[in-house]
Amino acid sequence: MPLSTAEPEAPTLPATTAEAPTGPPQFESWGRYPRYNAKVVPLSWRGDFPAVLAGLQDSALPVGMGRSYGDVCLLKDGTLLQTTGMNRLIDFNPETGVLTAESGITLAQILDFAVPRGFFLPVSPGTKYVTLGGAIANDIHGKNHEAAGSFGNHVPCFELVRSDGTRRLCSRTENPDWFAATIGGMGLTGLITWAQLRLRPIVSRMIDYEGIQFHGIDEFLELKQKYHDVEYTVSWLDCVSTGRNFMRGIFMLGEHSKVPGELKPSPEPKLVFPMDAPGFALNRISVSMFNTVFFHKQGKAHVKALHDYEPFFYPLDAVLHWNRMYGKNGMAQFQYALPWERAKEGTIAILRAIANSGLASFLAVLKTFGDVPSLGMMSFPQPGIMFALDFPIKPGITVPLLERLGDMTLEYGGRLYPAKDAAMTPAQFKTFYPEWERFARYRDPMLTSSFWERVTDTTGAKTNL
Amino acid sequence: MSTLASQPSNESRALNPTAKITQKILVLGATSGIAEATCRIWAAQGAQLFLVARNADKLAAVAADLKLRGAAYVGTAVADLDDTDKHAELLAHAVNSLTGMDIAYLTHGILGDQAQAEQDFQHAAQILHTNFVAPVSLLTWLANFCVQRHAGVLAVISSVAGDRGRKSNYLYGSSKAGLTAFLAGLRNRIDREGVTVLTIKPGPVKTAMTAGMKGSAKFANVNKVAQTIVNAIDKRADNLYVPFQWQPIMFVIRNIPDRIFKKLNL
Repeated sequence: MPLSTAEPEAPTLPATTAEAPTGPPQFESWGRYPRYNAKVVPLSWRGDFPAVLAGLQDSALPVGMGRSYGDVCLLKDGTLLQTTGMNRLIDFNPETGVLTAESGITLAQILDFAVPRGFFLPVSPGTKYVTLGGAIANDIHGKNHEAAGSFGNHVPCFELVRSDGTRRLCSRTENPDWFAATIGGMGLTGLITWAQLRLRPIVSRMIDYEGIQFHGIDEFLELKQKYHDVEYTVSWLDCVSTGRNFMRGIFMLGEHSKVPGELKPSPEPKLVFPMDAPGFALNRISVSMFNTVFFHKQGKAHVKALHDYEPFFYPLDAVLHWNRMYGKNGMAQFQYALPWERAKEGTIAILRAIANSGLASFLAVLKTFGDVPSLGMMSFPQPGIMFALDFPIKPGITVPLLERLGDMTLEYGGRLYPAKDAAMTPAQFKTFYPEWERFARYRDPMLTSSFWERVTDTTGAKTNL
Repeated sequence: MSTLASQPSNESRALNPTAKITQKILVLGATSGIAEATCRIWAAQGAQLFLVARNADKLAAVAADLKLRGAAYVGTAVADLDDTDKHAELLAHAVNSLTGMDIAYLTHGILGDQAQAEQDFQHAAQILHTNFVAPVSLLTWLANFCVQRHAGVLAVISSVAGDRGRKSNYLYGSSKAGLTAFLAGLRNRIDREGVTVLTIKPGPVKTAMTAGMKGSAKFANVNKVAQTIVNAIDKRADNLYVPFQWQPIMFVIRNIPDRIFKKLNL
């Protein structure tokens, strides 16, 4: 495919502008919880905003692919400005690797362009189906955080347009306060129309991969110490097993192969999860079996292999709509960063609480954040241990559990990740992100999100329109 | 039945796939959603493109993108294609810039407002002018250019809406019906001169033009539509329904007797 838009559709298309949306919501977040009705208006051109706001009664929120999990990309009864049609390349400098593109371009589309030219993303999240603007707005991180920091560290500059029409070029030196507010700013400071991204060179699609089994957090920390100079590291963790197998997992590491290889674009994904799985499909027994199979899949304690970058970075992208596996109730993710001082004891305590809850599913990820400071006021990463796990939504059970786990995170001095959150309380948020009040001054008065309304508890926020 | 199957191609007319790199393509209405998606495929093949559109900012954004995606050449002209007096000059300039032309791709058009057009003849005339009269002017020049050289493809976006007038969009539909009939006649005249006329009838496609329309979530993916169009041009097809399901659907719709059809809400 010459175009090679190995690309799932953005979660929705424009709702009728003339009528109030009825039936199921037009736009869902990846966790499909919570679900809110909203009007969806596509942005196709850099000049569409803020003109598109004319005549809108409600607040608005720029959104991309809807791959954040909770309500950070939702706006109940408001207008979602979907940027995915704004996906043009603007400039590329093969000497420096700096790509300039409109903010609705996805990382998948960037890879389709960059890989055949010998370049790769500086930071890769767990899915390539996120937009450039979304990656900045959530200051996403990847398996190379120790060496590279988060996504915003590789963004030389971008344009920010406010609802009053003001346009600002933002970088570390130009409008640095707006730059810091917008990186990790959850789309609330204005619309990022275009951005620059510094790509890194590669000579092959392949990743030199190693997978090492471990039991318990001490073995994990030893492995981390031993392989601290390997570029990409991440661990899969069994969060169901207790006793001897408590905190068993696989430590995965990888580096871009230095052996030159073919730099062809990726094929399109073929598998689509066809429909919502029934509620009983995920239960303690099926999850436990999955985890046991996954742990022993590699056959021995330590394997080395050469893998294509797709399964290494984006294993779940191979199945489009895999979130349907969690059934119609959806899922929530719990993701924390604990500072080193109390990271070990906090992780053990929280994981014990999770294992005892019996609610854990597969797809638990454990890794470390390094010392490279993030540039955003509201950026999530901080040095220490990061952990992420999906929970199926069980009415009346999951959210209270998440709140308890949030309190434990707070007790151990950590923080939760807004892009993955559906349950943070206002008190938790304000402790996790002490700069939130300063950040609030940079929020565009026309823009808000259901997440922001929830965690700032600003019942009157919409009245300042 | 098979609209994609082109007539047995004599060797001289079949495109040599290895020669794709030299394709010189004139795109009229280059900032439309379908046109841009199609151009991205051609750009990745290293085509030479000349783009015409009305809005300078949008045209510049599209041109820069296509250049980066691999187009060997991207020329542009800002023009209002409703202005038929300027067509000859514009087309001559485009063909000179490309130093030739293998494919002309006409994609511009407006949906119009059916309700307004029912009351306001000026609006109805506007729809007919943009969607029918202006393409006839362009195609007259382009057809004669191609006939002189005994080569070329004229690929034109019409619509399934032109297959039968329906109350929900018969102004748009009749403009496209006129265009379809014109293309059929033009093909009948110049195919024997070595010039292919491809009538493209897309069903509803997700683009800016259809944003906000009822049911638009189910409309066809523009990238898939674009790839199908590129393939049809490569195969020198005469007619293309895209997505293909629209061919049997429109066969049925065309053949419903009027005593029934007139009572339907379509």
